[in-house]
Amino acid sequence: MSAAPLLVALVQVTVAVVLAPLVIGVTRQTRARLEGRVGPGVLQPARDLRKLIGKTPLRAAGTSPMTVVAPVVLLTSSLLLAALVPLVAALPLALVPGDLFVVVSVLLVGTVAIALLGLDGGSAFGGMGSSRHMTIAALVEPTVLVAVYALSIPVGSSALPLIVAARRDHPASIASPAGVLAVVALAIVVLAETGRLPIDNPSTHLELTMIHEAMVLETSGRDLAWVDLASWLRLSVLLGLVGNLLLPWGVAGSAAPGPVLLGALALAGKLALLAVLLATVEVAMAKLRLFRVPELLAGSFVLAFLAVTASYLVA
Amino acid sequence: MSLADLARLIGRTGRIAEPAPPRPAASPAGVGPDEGVDGSSGEGSPAVAAVRRELHGSAQVRHVDAGSCNGCEIELAAAFGPVYDAERYGARLVASPRHADVVLVTGVVTRNMAEPLRLTVAATPQPRVVMAVGDCARDCGMFRGAYGVVGAVGDLVPVDLSVAGCPPAPADIVVALRRVTGR
Repeated sequence: MSAAPLLVALVQVTVAVVLAPLVIGVTRQTRARLEGRVGPGVLQPARDLRKLIGKTPLRAAGTSPMTVVAPVVLLTSSLLLAALVPLVAALPLALVPGDLFVVVSVLLVGTVAIALLGLDGGSAFGGMGSSRHMTIAALVEPTVLVAVYALSIPVGSSALPLIVAARRDHPASIASPAGVLAVVALAIVVLAETGRLPIDNPSTHLELTMIHEAMVLETSGRDLAWVDLASWLRLSVLLGLVGNLLLPWGVAGSAAPGPVLLGALALAGKLALLAVLLATVEVAMAKLRLFRVPELLAGSFVLAFLAVTASYLVA
Repeated sequence: MSLADLARLIGRTGRIAEPAPPRPAASPAGVGPDEGVDGSSGEGSPAVAAVRRELHGSAQVRHVDAGSCNGCEIELAAAFGPVYDAERYGARLVASPRHADVVLVTGVVTRNMAEPLRLTVAATPQPRVVMAVGDCARDCGMFRGAYGVVGAVGDLVPVDLSVAGCPPAPADIVVALRRVTGR
């Protein structure tokens, strides 16, 4: 086993940690500009993070060790996700397969950690947020599985690096009906998984409409820094995955410094494009009523299912 | 409104925010909270300067209405609205005191809000700044001596910064927030 894929995974994690606050900064800045405001600049989330890391967390009386552990588990799962998903280079790790089941399990570990964090604070809103989060997770995970399964049929492998590499080498498969359906389904569940509009409003102050925010209401200081960084990483990694599936060009095929640097720059470009697009779509959109969310997610599941059917019919 | 109408509206409106006024000058340390040069807000105690250094240009604000007539709330909404855009200086309203660095209190403290106010300040992690906004929060204003009033904010929790006015101008609230973010 060579060390190259491990090195590339390390590069991916570093690049993702650097880019994640910038992605959030770009979405907030784009939103501010479209609303006629000046905005705090794309570096503001990084400033927030730096400040929060320096603050000592204040934990509610009677909380269990879960409050201390959950943010770290969540961050670890997000970092692992950044290492597994082909962002900069499409090299499969020999140690842990970048398999769709592994990726979904890592996502789920983070989801469970944050749901337990919400429950542990003991406030009513935390429990409500956790309950909603698990409902959405239960609807999202099958769609992720089925959508990636549809993409894996023409490639003959469920490893994400191989799927991205196959799409890069055969661009015709990007525009195939199965490919388009699967990516659209994946894009909808990415929005649900990362708590963006129309499923959840990341900037809401109304506790009754919250999902992600409700779970972290009791989290403060350094704990909040880890939770924030973890959810920003999750958004960046999943956006990067959608970006690499749609535009697989620039993804490095080897661990040489040249292609990896090109891959990192290409990733930054794709993420910037998707972040601006995401913010623009969000400005024009209202949050869905909570009971309509399952309908949307069921719709995305149907798209993923159709993608599987189409890929069997074509292949 | 259709998407095309929305796009046209955004294009026509452009930037609403007014140009940023110069950064508020740091007055000499040790000036009391209520003795600002412009009467709007003081530099605050040296404690505010110490907090500012730890915040690195980012301040999350938790607003507590301790018994306000909602006049201050309208001005506060304007301060965070598109025209004054307090967010460009690094201040942001948040939903929980656990996330906050600044507890912004408006209104006289009424009997029912005295304990929640104390708890909210206690739930805010250090380093924190308590800001009293409006005449009522500073010295009870026109409600002084009323039957349901416990006192001004400073009577219950230590106040680091205050903004005068009934209601205070959004620009003055922004100046006070900029003293915390230092931008």
